[in-house]
Amino acid sequence: MSNNVNTAVEEVQEIHMHRDDFGSKMGMWLFLFTEVLLFGGLFILYAAYRYIYPEAFVVASGELDVFMGGINTVILLTSSLTVVLGIVALQKGNKKLCLSFLWITVFCGIVFLVNKYFEWGAKFHHGIYPKGPALQDMSEGEVMYFGLYYVMTGLHGLHIIVGLAFIGFVMWQIKRNILTADNFQRLENAGLYWHLVDIIWIFLFPLFYLIH
Amino acid sequence: MANGTIAAHGTAEVDFYHVKSKHKGLLAWLLTTDHKRIGIMYLSCMTVFFLTAMTFGVLMRLEMLTPGMTIMTAQTYNSLFTLHGVIMIFLFIIPGIPAVFGNFFLPIQIGAMDVQFPRLNLLSWYLYIIGGGLAIFSLFGGGGWVDTGWTFYVPYSVRTTTNVSLSVFAAFVLGFSSILTGLNFITTIHRLRCPGMTFFRMPLFIWSIYATSWIQVLATPVIGITLVLIILERAFGIGVFDPTLGGDPILYQHLFWIYSHPAVYIMILPAMGVVSEIIPTFARKPIFGYVPIAISSLAIALVGYLVWGHHMFSSGISDTSRVIFSLLTFIVALPSGIKVFNWVATLYKGSIVMSAPMLYAMLFIFIFSIGGLTGLVLGALNTDLHVTDTYYVVAHFHYVMFGGMGIIFFASVHYWFPKMFGKMYNEKMAKVAAIIIGVGFNVLYFPMFIMGYMGMPRRYYDYLPEFQIYHLISTVGSWILVSGILIMIANLLSGLRNGSKASSNPWEGTTLEWTVPSPPPLLNFDKIPTVDHGPYEHPEIARRKEEESK
Amino acid sequence: MDTNNHHDEHNDGHIAEAHHPSYGVNILVWIGLLSLTAVTVAVAGINLGSLALTVALIIATVKSLFVVNFFMHVKFDNKVVKIFIGVCMLIFVIVLILTFFDLTFRF
Ligand code: HEM
Ligand SMILES: [Cu+2]
Repeated sequence: MSNNVNTAVEEVQEIHMHRDDFGSKMGMWLFLFTEVLLFGGLFILYAAYRYIYPEAFVVASGELDVFMGGINTVILLTSSLTVVLGIVALQKGNKKLCLSFLWITVFCGIVFLVNKYFEWGAKFHHGIYPKGPALQDMSEGEVMYFGLYYVMTGLHGLHIIVGLAFIGFVMWQIKRNILTADNFQRLENAGLYWHLVDIIWIFLFPLFYLIH
Repeated sequence: MANGTIAAHGTAEVDFYHVKSKHKGLLAWLLTTDHKRIGIMYLSCMTVFFLTAMTFGVLMRLEMLTPGMTIMTAQTYNSLFTLHGVIMIFLFIIPGIPAVFGNFFLPIQIGAMDVQFPRLNLLSWYLYIIGGGLAIFSLFGGGGWVDTGWTFYVPYSVRTTTNVSLSVFAAFVLGFSSILTGLNFITTIHRLRCPGMTFFRMPLFIWSIYATSWIQVLATPVIGITLVLIILERAFGIGVFDPTLGGDPILYQHLFWIYSHPAVYIMILPAMGVVSEIIPTFARKPIFGYVPIAISSLAIALVGYLVWGHHMFSSGISDTSRVIFSLLTFIVALPSGIKVFNWVATLYKGSIVMSAPMLYAMLFIFIFSIGGLTGLVLGALNTDLHVTDTYYVVAHFHYVMFGGMGIIFFASVHYWFPKMFGKMYNEKMAKVAAIIIGVGFNVLYFPMFIMGYMGMPRRYYDYLPEFQIYHLISTVGSWILVSGILIMIANLLSGLRNGSKASSNPWEGTTLEWTVPSPPPLLNFDKIPTVDHGPYEHPEIARRKEEESK
Repeated sequence: MDTNNHHDEHNDGHIAEAHHPSYGVNILVWIGLLSLTAVTVAVAGINLGSLALTVALIIATVKSLFVVNFFMHVKFDNKVVKIFIGVCMLIFVIVLILTFFDLTFRF
C-alpha cells in the first residue's frame, strides 16, 4: 500500500517536470500571432492611407533608396537561412558549426540595423521627419507615408534588436550545453521569431520601396 | 522511507496554503508559480481596484443628485468617469474571471498540476500590477487626471494636456498581461488535459476560457499598437490620426473597436462559462445541449470580430458599412440566445437548489437578458442614432457588463469559495446580499434607460431640471447597490475567518475540482486522474447507463 | 493503463525526430527567395499600373509561404499549427475587408 502511494508521488513529480517541446513551440506560435496582429494594425493603416492618397505614396516612395532596401532584404533572408542551418547543425550534434552559423545571423542583423541607421539618418538630414522642415512642406499623403514609414520600420528595427538578444541568449545556452542535439526547442523558437521578423520585412520592402 | 517522500513533497495531506516553500511570508506569495496562489493574488488586488472604481461611481452619482454643481466641478467629473471606466474595464472586467478563476480552476478542471508556463503566469500577474500601478500613478504626475473617457478618442486625446500618455501606457501593459494569460491558457488546454479528458469532455467553463483566450491573443495586439500610436502622436506628431496633417481620426475608432468589441466577449464569455457550471450543479441535472453551448463559445469569439462598426454609427463612416455592420450585429445575438435557451432548458424539471451562487446566476439571466435585448435597439442603425451617447447606452452597458460579468464574478466567488479557502460562508446573509444587489442594481440603472430615451446625454455633470426625478431614483439605487456589495464582502470575510470547514464537495458538483480536498494540495492531485465520462454526469449515472446498454 | 491522450498533437512532446534535418533543401529555398526578390524589384520597374500592387503582394506572399513552410518547418509540422495559422490569417483578412467597407464608400 505505502509502496503504491510512493510510486504515485514519483509519477506525479515526473509528469510535472516533463519537458514539452511541442507545448513550448505552440506557445511561441501564439506569441507570433500577437506580433502579426500588432503589425496587422499598422498594415491596415497603411492600406487605408495608400488607398486615400495613391499618388502621394508614389511621390514619397521616390525618396527611398531601392538599392539599400534590396540589400537589406538580401541580408535578412540570408540571416534567416543561417538560423535554419544552425538548427540543422545542432540537430546533427555539430555544436561548433551551429554557433558559427548563428554568428553569421547576428552579424547580418547588426549590418541591417547599421544600414537602417544610415537610411533614417539621411532622411533626417534632409528634414524629412515628423514636424521636420521638409516634411511640413509636403502634401498630406506624403506626411502619412513618412509617418507610417518611421513607425513601421522603427517597430521592425526594434524587433530585430529583440530577436538578436533572443539569439544571443540561445547561443550562450548552446555554448554551456544547456541546449543540445536532442534539446533544441528554444533555439527553434528563437528561429521562429527571427523568421517572422524576416517575413514582415518581406512585406515592408515592396510596400515602401517599390512603388512607382 | 516511502512516507518520508510524501511528506517531503507535501502532496498528500498539506493544502497549498500551508505547504513548505523555499521562501517565507510575503515572498512565498510574490515568488510563487503556483496557479492557485496567483489566482488568489489576482483576487485580492482586483477587489481593491473594484472598490476604488466603485467609489468613483458612487461619487459621480452623488454629483448627479441635483442639477448644477453638487459636489465637484465639471473637470473632476470628466476625470472621474474616465478613471471609473478605465479601472472597471482594464483592471476588473477584462482580466476578472480568467485571471482569478481561470487561473485557480483551469488546471484542476482539466486534471493538470499547473498551467503550461507557470513562470510566465507569474509574469502576467506582475504586468497586471505594474499596469494598475501606472494607472493610479497617472493621477499624481503630469498635467492632471485623464479626462478623455476610457475610449481615448483622438483628436482630443492627442490635444488634452492631461496625463494621457501614462494612462495609455498603463493600458498597453495591461494588454500584454492579458495576452500572456491567454497564450498560457490555450497551450495548457491543448497540452495538459489528463488522460481521457477529450475536448468534448471538458467542463463548459474551460470551453469559454478557451474561446476567450483566443480573443485575448488575436485582438489585444491591435489595441496595443493603437495605444502606442497615441503616445507617438503626442510625443512626435507623426500625424496618422491628426486631421490637420491629413490623418483620419475615424481610423483610430476602427482600430480601437476592432479590439474593444471582441473585448466585450472577453468580458462575457467566461461569465457564461461559469453560469454553465453553476446551473447543472444546482439543478442536479446534466446541462442541456452541451455541444451547442461549447461550440457557440467559439462561434461568439469568431463573429465577435465582425461587428465593431456598431460603435461608430454616428462617427461618419460610410452608409454601406453602417448597414452591413448593423446586419452583422443581429447575427451575433444568435449564439448568445442559444446559451440562454439551453440554461433555461437545463432548469426545466431539474431539482433546483436555490443557493447563493444559483441566486446570482438567476439574477444574471434576468439582467443580462434586459441588457441583451436593449442591445438590439442599439444595434439597429435607425434607433441607435436616436439614443447614441445618451444614458440609454450607459444603462445598456452596465446591464450587460456589470449585470453580466460583474454579477457572475460575485457568483463565482460564492460558488468556489469553499474550494478556494476551505471554509463556508453564511448562506443566509449571502442570499440577503444578493437580493439587495439585485434590487439596487435595477433601481440604479433602470431609470437611465428612461432618461436616455428622453435625451439625457452621457458624460455630463449637469442636466436639465426635467431629468431630476430619474437622477434622484438612480442615485438612491447606487446607495442600495453599494450596501448590498458591502454586506456581501463582509459576509465573505467573516466566512473566511469564522466559517465552518468546507468538505471537498459541498455542492455535489461533478467536475474535477470537487474531487480534490478543499483547499487543494500543492499539485492538486495525488495522482493525475483518468476521465471516462462527460463533465456533468455523476459517475454513478454514467455507470448505470453503461450497464443498461449492455 | 493507457496514459495517452489520443490527439494528433499529443505525441510525447519531443519533436526532434519529426523529420530528417538537412542543409540542402534550405539552401535551395534561400536561392528561391533571393530570385523572387530580384523578380519583385525588376517587375516594379515595369509600368503595370494598378496591377503593380497586386503583383508585388503576390510575390511577397509566395516568399512568405516559403519561409513559413521550410524555414519555420510548418510543412512538416502538426496539423494544429496549420489550423492556428489559418485562424490568425483569417481574422486579419476579415478585419481588413470590413474596414474597407467603410473606406471604399467614404473616399
Ligand atoms: C458599482 C457601482 C457603479 C456605479 C454607481 C456606476 C456609475 C457610473 C456612472 C455614473 C457613469 C458615468 C455616466 C456618464 O456620465 O456618462 C459610469 C460610467 C461607466 N461605467 Fe459604471 N458604475 C458602476 C459599476 C460599473 C461596473 C461594474 C463597470 C464595469 C463592469 C462599469 C463600467 C463603466 C464604464 C465603462 C463607464 C463609461 C466611462 C466613460 O464614459 O468613459 N461601471 N458608471
Ligand atoms: Cu460592440
